[in-house]
Amino acid sequence: MAGTGLTIVRRVRSMLGPDAVVDTDASGMPRVAPRAEEGVALVLQAAAAEGWRVRIEGRGSWVPADAPADLALTTRALARVTRLDAADLVATVEAGVAWGDLQRALADQGVWVAADPPGEGRSVGSVVATGTAGPLRSGFGAVREHVLGATLVTGEGRIVRAGGRVVKNVAGYDLTKLATGSFGSFGVVTSVNLRLRAVPRADLTLLGEGERDALLDAARAMLEAGITPASLEVLSPLAAGRDSWTLAVRCVGSAPAVEADAQAAGGASQIPLAPLEAVEAGRFWRRALAGATASPVTLRMGALATAMDDALDLVLHHLDEHWIMAGVGAGGLRWSGDAPADRIRLLRHAAAPREMPLTLERAPWALRAQVGYFGAYREGVGQLVGALKDAFDPAGVLVVPIADER
Amino acid sequence: MLKRDAVARQALDAIAAIVGSRWVRQAPAELETFASDGLPTRHTRPGAVILPGSRDELIRTVRVLAHQGIPFVARGAGTGLSGGAVGDGGEVVLALTRLNRILAIDPANRRATVEPGVVNVRLSEATRPHGLHYAPDPSSQTACTIGGNVAENAGGPHCLKYGVTSSHVLELEVVLPDGKSLVLGSAGGEAWGPDLVGVFVGSEGTFGIATRITVRLVPLPRAVRTLLADFASIRQASEAVSGVIASGLVPAALEMMDRNCVRVVEDSIYAAGYPTDAAAVLIVELDGVAEAAVAAEAAEVERLVRAHGARGVRAAADERERARLWQGRKKAFGALGRLSPNLLVQDAVVPRTALPDILDRVGAIAAEFGVTVSNVFHAGDGNLHPNISFDARDPQEVTRVERASAAIMQACVAAGGTITGEHGVGSDKVHYMPLVFDPDTLAAMRAVRRAFDPAELANPGKVVPVHACREWTGLSGRRRETVRDGERRREIERVEA
Ligand SMILES: Cc1cc2nc3c(=O)[nH]c(=O)nc-3n(C[C@H](O)[C@H](O)[C@H](O)COP(=O)(O)OP(=O)(O)OC[C@H]3O[C@@H](n4cnc5c(N)ncnc54)[C@H](O)[C@@H]3O)c2cc1C
Repeated sequence: MAGTGLTIVRRVRSMLGPDAVVDTDASGMPRVAPRAEEGVALVLQAAAAEGWRVRIEGRGSWVPADAPADLALTTRALARVTRLDAADLVATVEAGVAWGDLQRALADQGVWVAADPPGEGRSVGSVVATGTAGPLRSGFGAVREHVLGATLVTGEGRIVRAGGRVVKNVAGYDLTKLATGSFGSFGVVTSVNLRLRAVPRADLTLLGEGERDALLDAARAMLEAGITPASLEVLSPLAAGRDSWTLAVRCVGSAPAVEADAQAAGGASQIPLAPLEAVEAGRFWRRALAGATASPVTLRMGALATAMDDALDLVLHHLDEHWIMAGVGAGGLRWSGDAPADRIRLLRHAAAPREMPLTLERAPWALRAQVGYFGAYREGVGQLVGALKDAFDPAGVLVVPIADER
Repeated sequence: MLKRDAVARQALDAIAAIVGSRWVRQAPAELETFASDGLPTRHTRPGAVILPGSRDELIRTVRVLAHQGIPFVARGAGTGLSGGAVGDGGEVVLALTRLNRILAIDPANRRATVEPGVVNVRLSEATRPHGLHYAPDPSSQTACTIGGNVAENAGGPHCLKYGVTSSHVLELEVVLPDGKSLVLGSAGGEAWGPDLVGVFVGSEGTFGIATRITVRLVPLPRAVRTLLADFASIRQASEAVSGVIASGLVPAALEMMDRNCVRVVEDSIYAAGYPTDAAAVLIVELDGVAEAAVAAEAAEVERLVRAHGARGVRAAADERERARLWQGRKKAFGALGRLSPNLLVQDAVVPRTALPDILDRVGAIAAEFGVTVSNVFHAGDGNLHPNISFDARDPQEVTRVERASAAIMQACVAAGGTITGEHGVGSDKVHYMPLVFDPDTLAAMRAVRRAFDPAELANPGKVVPVHACREWTGLSGRRRETVRDGERRREIERVEA
């Protein structure tokens, strides 16, 4: 491989300049950091022509950068907020910008992306490509709801500019949906147009503690009372940093609306809820989310509000109750811990007939390669995904293990 | 040609055996009903119309068509405004209006599953007893179908706060153009793999037919406040829109109507009490879980719009007055239809801060081409509807309308916007697509379409300008006729009925 590595280094340098190759690993595999989408396109065109296998990296802090490949393509030099239109509530952001840096830059202008994906230091591109939403999904929707447009460089090295910079857009097929949450199956996300919102004037978090199922009942009672909090999560003791399971309710908006929501939430809940001070609330959510990357494996599983007990029982049965955040208002839970492939397969197998899709979000290469990000599809869907992959990455350049190897 | 007709007859016999011969329509008078949709400039009779009575009949029908290689066009209520439900001639129209059952309502999980022919407003009526509704509310909601909404990714006034159709579709059962039936997405909203539901929504009938649709329901707001603000200039009104959006308040709806529109509505049976001397009015609706909170937000909106020059701000005193304010807005297209024999409902989007300038520009374009433009639109989303009144019998006027439309599209794209926000590309805007997308992006769209429909049998010629499309229209050799007088008006009256 070393010989190939050297050839690749030479070729990439001749295309993108001497400093495009930022380092090489022990095996001689080069890591390439293009500074523009055209550079990404050139590398992928060469890869498609030469048969190089390419692994896509963001800032390397969420999914480990360990997939075997001939070349690692990182978005980390695509690190500019290209355009920020606070008054129009839209920002164009390159994929390698760190999510936290982006939110800080936006906050200076009184705006934010209403999403709180776990993963310290991770890139905007990785959030979009893996569709990692956080607890705010309950009130603000999945990652796709925040993506107005995206530039995707296909496995063949074509630059596709999907969507736009406006909040309503039905011009042509919605290719942003192919870029969002497909783990890079169709190409490298190099830039996104994100939907912004004004920073809410009030932001209140309430906590309650108790038995897990009682907390789930309380959360469902809120939904039935017609309240839709920004976040509505039931957390395992480890995730909450407390001795017992915890219900966390976050309301954001104008001050009177937040007050009304909080009151209605308290009224519907059989569990007493106590408000947190603003600083304490920030710390609570940060700490909880940090747990998602404290162990080697993180996965998410879709589940309806009424099926959340069942979903949690499955997770406890096949895995453990290590770190869990169950988004009762968001239709899914996230688990983090350590587990071998066969455990995850068994869980997936048990969850599928219950209509609970399981997505492996992050894990060491061996595990990702074995069980795949998505595993098996529903009948007929695999063929469709295969046809799309053939269209976007006909040479199979991108190393993206989406299916179970079995 | 002969051979092809023979094949078609064989196919129709096979289909008649599936759906029953009374649900296969071929008489010219019957086909005429399906020869146009809400777009006044397109009129082509289909080869035949099939009205399947069940999902199973529909799937079997598609299989016959696939087997014979016969192109087809799905059709809901035919209220589309981009010619999406109208073929080039010779296609088989699959009318889905008989698939109109609400299959399940699951209040605890806030979702419902429907057949594609369910009329939008019926779902909200059916879920109201549970304190829920289906939020996307196109102005055509008393006629249009959820299937058509999914295909167009329809919007509506309340999509400002609640999101367009795409944000509400969780799971889709679809029949692909080759006759295979499969399920995309999951009822909880988490995808099994890539987001194929998101890709299917807005595909305008070119990826296959949605046969079962699971949507998210939203709690009915407990408190609502609706304001009517009027302005002496359009510019002030649009600056007020930007001001409200920038304040961080999220109104449920924020709609604008210009003077032409206001006067036409006030002259109609939908008179809502809009001030006829205003250059523009805004309807701003706030909603939430508690009266006091909504009242406080409404007071703030009132302060904001007054600061931007509103002459008067009135709050609907009760539910009746609120309904009246909304009826005027939702029936504005219908009222405009009475201005002239034909109405072209345009649709484009700009960034919200561009609204004041673009409305000036639209006014200038109207003057330049000598056409009458009336604006009634989703201002909070920057989604314009500059509607052009005209008489399709006058070919010169038709040309001017087309030129004015093209100029408006170009202006919106130049302002950072796009050529359609909710009505779709259909056949009407195919030729504008290169204004927005480069050849590689268009090629990617084409490739996605072929992944779903390799033979390109589903609604051929729509959405993406494909070379092959020209071939189809060329081969079929059928004329593209222009609509005759009054057609448009009838279409609109049907929607209102
Ligand atoms: C007065 C008036 C007001 C309107 N207001 C709005 C508005 O506020 N917002 C808005 O977004 N639109 C509006 N529209 C446009 C129109 O109502 C919408 O586009 C609506 O979604 C079309 O639904 P339909 O059932 O009439 O579909 P049709 O017109 O019958 O079909 C539209 C497209 O959908 C496809 N299709 C239909 N059913 C299916 C299916 N089950 N599977 C796959 N493809 C299918 C057809 O092939 C076609 O391409 C308005 C129209 C009118 C006439």
